[in-house]
Amino acid sequence: MKLFSDENKAAFSSPLNLNNPVTVQVLGICSALAVTSQLKPAIIMGLSVTVITAMANLVISLLRKTIPNRIRIIVQLVVVAALVTIVSQLLKAFVYDVSVQLSVYVGLIITNCILMGRLEAFAMQNGPWASTLDGIGNGLGYAWVLVAVGFVRELFGSGKLFDFQVIPDSWYAANGGWYMNNGMMVMPAMSLIIVGCVIWAHRSLNKEEK
Amino acid sequence: MGHMLELFVRSIFVDNMIFAFFLGMCSYLAVSKNVKTALGLGVAVTFVLLVTVPVDYLLQTKVLGPDCVVEGVDLSFLAFILFIAVIAGMVQLVEMIVERFSPSLYASLGIFLPLIAVNCAIMGASLFMQQRIGMEETNVQYIGGIGDCVAYALGSGIGWLLAIVGLAAIREKMAYTDVPKPLQGLGITFITVGLMAMAFMCFSGLNI
Repeated sequence: MKLFSDENKAAFSSPLNLNNPVTVQVLGICSALAVTSQLKPAIIMGLSVTVITAMANLVISLLRKTIPNRIRIIVQLVVVAALVTIVSQLLKAFVYDVSVQLSVYVGLIITNCILMGRLEAFAMQNGPWASTLDGIGNGLGYAWVLVAVGFVRELFGSGKLFDFQVIPDSWYAANGGWYMNNGMMVMPAMSLIIVGCVIWAHRSLNKEEK
Repeated sequence: MGHMLELFVRSIFVDNMIFAFFLGMCSYLAVSKNVKTALGLGVAVTFVLLVTVPVDYLLQTKVLGPDCVVEGVDLSFLAFILFIAVIAGMVQLVEMIVERFSPSLYASLGIFLPLIAVNCAIMGASLFMQQRIGMEETNVQYIGGIGDCVAYALGSGIGWLLAIVGLAAIREKMAYTDVPKPLQGLGITFITVGLMAMAFMCFSGLNI
């Protein structure tokens, strides 16, 4: 068996662009909006979701022949909840400040629709290796949207990237310059509008391929 | 009593589930195409919130907290699994009750009733409740008893209901407008919600 057959490659790469979970399938929006006021929590959230999706897909795909059809939702929820608990404890242990910033949104990965959607639609029908790839692909597809939104919001909202000042201090109006941060960007409302614009750009770029 | 009222009003307008925390976005965007189904889903979400948050509160304070079951053991890391189990169970129960006593409502809600189990707003309310127990008593967001829990759950539910019915009404009207092709559907809906959220930001100084 080849490591990357054509189907496996497709399972990995299509969610990155054409089948993106956030911009095309509209899954997992809640956390995509809430954690993106800065770049660092956005990246950590994206990575956590990638790891959890990949692991959950792998576990469910291994169990798929033994799970009775009627209770599959409960089984999936329990597997996901266990994984999220592990990730949440790891975040608390190694990056405590980010885990405080993410607050309830780490727990809310359990109810992230990307997970349930992929488990139902892919892992229940496919083998473990393909499912893992599909999970990583979807997680990364989700992560790049988060990073894009986080980049715009942190750069224009506070003039920083990863907490480093990017815009020179002398530009600011307070120091006699002309520049002011857009305080609107760090407000929750703005993330909705930026995600709307990302979807707009993404769809108009992909118009020909549809 | 005053604190309960404050919690209630704040969770509708200031700490609105949709506009301040983006919880329950998936079903919010998917089911807001017409006002009638939006209203049905809003009522169902409010009801499930009203049941699960107090139950999760009792679990958190009587079972999971430090020194509750075994002396010197803090079980709060089990909260995720326990809360989601309570929610899934409650949704199943609500589904059975609705089917038994009001088949017409059951038919009109259809698939959305079981899907409430994976609605982030429900899980989010329980997790926020868990966070708020640990706050100082003078904080406006503090939850100190079962009464506060009910006020918070009811307020969050009504806030969610208001948001989804408002968006559904706007989207019904928007069907007649000429939106650029790539922006149609999802894109413009996001921007609409963003503008609604900005409007709701005006409430942020609300004090009672």
